This record gives sequence, C-alpha cells and structure tokens, in this order.
Amino acid sequence: MENLSQFFGRFGGVYLLPVGLALGAFVLIGAPSSWATLTIAGLSMGMMVFLMASGLSLIFGLMDVLNFGHSAFISFGAFVAATVLSALSGWVGADSVFLNSMALVFALLAAISFGLAAGWFFESVIIRPVYHDHLRQILITMGALIVSEQIILALWGGTPITVLRPHFLEGAIILGNVSVEIYRLFAFGLGLVAFIGLYLVLNRSRIGLLVRAGVENREMVEALGFRIDRLFIGVFMVGSALAAVGGAMWAGYETLITPALGGEMMIVVFIVVIIGGLGSIEGTLLGAIMVGLTANYVGFLAPKLALASNMILMTIILLWRPNGLRPAVK
Amino acid sequence: MTLLSLNNMKTDIGQYAVLHGVTLDIPEGGVFVLLGRNGAGKTTTLRSIMGLWSPTPGSVTFRGADITGLHTAEIARKGIAYVPENMGIFGSLTVEENLILATEKGRFDQPRLKRIYALFPALEQFWTKQAWSLSGGQKQMLAVARAIIEPRALILIDEPTKGLAPSIVAAMAEAFREISQSATILLVEQNFHFAKSIGRDMAVIDDGLVAHAGTMADFAADTELQERLLSLSA
Repeated sequence: MENLSQFFGRFGGVYLLPVGLALGAFVLIGAPSSWATLTIAGLSMGMMVFLMASGLSLIFGLMDVLNFGHSAFISFGAFVAATVLSALSGWVGADSVFLNSMALVFALLAAISFGLAAGWFFESVIIRPVYHDHLRQILITMGALIVSEQIILALWGGTPITVLRPHFLEGAIILGNVSVEIYRLFAFGLGLVAFIGLYLVLNRSRIGLLVRAGVENREMVEALGFRIDRLFIGVFMVGSALAAVGGAMWAGYETLITPALGGEMMIVVFIVVIIGGLGSIEGTLLGAIMVGLTANYVGFLAPKLALASNMILMTIILLWRPNGLRPAVK
Repeated sequence: MTLLSLNNMKTDIGQYAVLHGVTLDIPEGGVFVLLGRNGAGKTTTLRSIMGLWSPTPGSVTFRGADITGLHTAEIARKGIAYVPENMGIFGSLTVEENLILATEKGRFDQPRLKRIYALFPALEQFWTKQAWSLSGGQKQMLAVARAIIEPRALILIDEPTKGLAPSIVAAMAEAFREISQSATILLVEQNFHFAKSIGRDMAVIDDGLVAHAGTMADFAADTELQERLLSLSA
C-alpha cells in the first residue's frame, strides 16, 4: 500500500484523481462527444464553485470561523451583477465586444466591491464578537444569512430574475462533434486566473506566507510580531469578494436566479471545502473539480443519483482521507 | 541591570487563578531559569509576559517601559522572542520559510544566518524541507533559530529539552550558552541537570508564586532547598 502510494505520489498523487475520474467516465459513457461536453461542463462548474469556496476555505482554515452566512455573499454577488448587467442592457446586447466586455467588467467590479464591503462589515460587526465560539458562530451567521435573504427579497422581490449574458459570451464553439458553450469556457478561464492569482499570492508573497502560517498557528504568528487580527479582516474581505464573483458567474450560468441561490450552492461549497482540506487553495480547486465532474458525469449516467452524488463523493474521500485531499496542515 | 520586571502578576485562565502574584526581576544577560513542579505556573508566567494571557492586576516592565496589556505582536516587536513548549513550528512551511517569516523585513541578515548555520548545521541541510518532516530535535533547533534570526533582547523558552535525545540536549546547552552572550534567556525547564549547567540566575515558582529566587550556583549547592521546592533527591 505504501509503495502504491509512493508510486502515485511520483506522478501527482491526489492530483491524479480528476484524471482518473474522467478516464473512468470515458469508459462508462462510451460516446466521446458526450464525454467531452460533460467534462468541459464539469470543469467550468468546478471553477465557479472554486471561486465561491476558496474564500470559505481560507476563512475556515485561518480564522476557525464557521461562516454559514458565506452564501449571502454568493447571492448578493449574483443579484448585484444581474442588476448592473440589466442597467447596462444596451452594452450587454450590443454588437461590440468592447461594450459587452465593459458591461461584464462593471458587473464583476460591482460584485467584487460589494463583496469587499460586505466582508468588512460582516467580520467587524457579526463575526468579531464570536471568535473562538463555534456554536455562537453557527447561530449568528445563520441569522445573518436569513436577514440577508430577506434583504434580497425586499430589494429584488421573490420572483426569479433573468440574468442577461453579454452578447460575446452567448453561443457555442463547435469542435468536431463537441459543442462547447463560450460562457463555460470563460467561467473556466476566470476561475483559473483566480486560482493562479491566489496561488501566487499565497506561495510567493510575504502576506501569503503569513496566511499559510496563520492557518496553522495563529498564536505563533502573533508571537513573531504580526497583527493577525488585521490579516483576518483582509482575508475575510477577499474571501467574500471571491464568493460574490462566484455568485455573479453562477448567475450568468443559470440565467435565472432566486434569493435561495446562495443557500442552494452552500451545500456544494461546504462539500468542496471539506473534501479539499481546510485552508488549502490547491485542495479547494481539487475538491471543486471533483465535485463539478462528478455532478455532470453522474447526472448523465444515473440521473436519479445526481443529487446524492456529491455526498457520496464526500463520504468516500473522507473515509480515505479524514482531513481532506490536501489539507493545509499536516 | 534589570531587563524585565514582573510586579504582582496575577493571571486567571478561565475561572482558575493560576498566578497569584508573581514578583520577579530578570537581570540583563545570561540564562535565567524558572524551575518548579508541573502545574506551578511557569508556562503561564511566560505566556503572561508575552501577552498571550493578560495579567490582571499586576504589571510587566521591559527595559523600563510598561508592556502590560499590549498586544502580543507589539510585545514581540519590542524585542522579546518566544519559543513555546510545543515549539510552534509551521509544519507546512519549509525551514527557510519558517525563518524568513520571523525576519523583520522579509530578508535574511547573512552574518546572522551563518551564525545560525554554525549553531544548528541540520537547518542548512534541510533548508528546503517542510518543517513537519524534521525530527523532534531539528524542530526544536528551528524554533530556537527562529527566535534569534533577528536581534532580540529577551528570549523566552519553554521546556526545550522535553523528549530530546541526550546528544541533542548537549548541543542545545551549547547553543544557549552562545546565544546568552548577546541576549538574555528566560528558560522554563524541568530537567534540573540541564538547567544547572547553563543557568546563571534562577527562581522557583510554586503554586503561582515565587517561592525562591537567587543564583543557580547557590541553589545547586543547597540540596535541602531543592528537595523542599522541587522534590529532588540528592
């Protein structure tokens, strides 16, 4: 067993799992074009879920905060972006890639700005009084989530809202027998850029070093002369902004959103964080891709199992690795 | 000259009073050893100095300035380093990253780094290894190296020899002697023979109070006092 583990470790270890999953699905699905479409859909879904989950993983890992209100940032990101896109509908539908892009940039910037501000407010007002008390964290963040959903209901109403997609992201690219939605490719690209950015910050900068150290031992980071409480605010704000961007991208993917969007996604987000391993960006990406691929493959092969597929995946992975696939701390 | 003064320091942890009024002066230079039985309050004393637990009431004065109630990070920046009992190593970080995190400007002072390599050659050997993969002794070396990667006036070290092989303990004693030439070490230690070999001054903490303070040479010569305060047989 040890030798087998070392053998796989040499070729990428747990990072081989999505490859193995895709190869297994290829055999079961049989049709290469269906497999390719499902794989691309799974990867893009995974990247959007990664955006939503990465912040929660860092917040959970670094700050030991169980933030059940994280999904509020996803919902608000979706609604804020949808509102901006609606206000800029002329640009969104224009036959100009530049105007389309500007509408998208403004929508994402609005979601990011909202996420940063809401993250600051949430950490300062709601989370700070309940550090080190998990029960109160769960209660107060659940309460904040309910209030947030009611605010969304009050502002946007309860009827589903249609989300406009910028014109240049409509349609699909046909590669042989495979149809690839442009929006999915874009979502995948944006998630990848976010991952590379986060990876570089966490692994190549002093701030990142502090965050990684703080995930392991907050007290020691303070004893080295750093105010980790200030770092907490920054991480919380960035995590909230990422969730808001994830929500905005998910809104464009679904094209019809309701105030329950965040709550629905939260289960998937928690599964990703748990199977990826707390506080680890690489683990979150791995977990998100596994979840995205599994949901799509199982949805095709055994639709009745689709809803349970991620729970089953989480159970299997936790039985094998109780701390997740790639936890930040050994 | 007094470097650190603890004045009637009382610390509660939750509902339990652990320190009942510790008053102690730590002179500048050398190794000052805090001795005492398990649960006497030695670790709590170090953590209270570091601001990890707040002493109320009572005060802590460092180089003449009151540091009571300051944030741990501010206390560290005043020139106090802390090596906790569990070493506080960041396991997922490499040896290099553990050390660079403790530098003030994010880069090494080369002469200082060479001094660390000379004290602990294993750290140079395992420079790019993640710290969790080090042995217990190497982790302790890393923890001490991290405390001296920048010039510090006072280094608080909690039970550094616990669980270490005799050869590593001897190397650690040599390193502490060298470090104490340029910084004061406040050492919590259960291993009396180790403490005796490097300590210049000492105090015994018993039930949250200072039961005895003096020079290590006098205490080492008084077996009756050792027996009474530490239950050590001659």
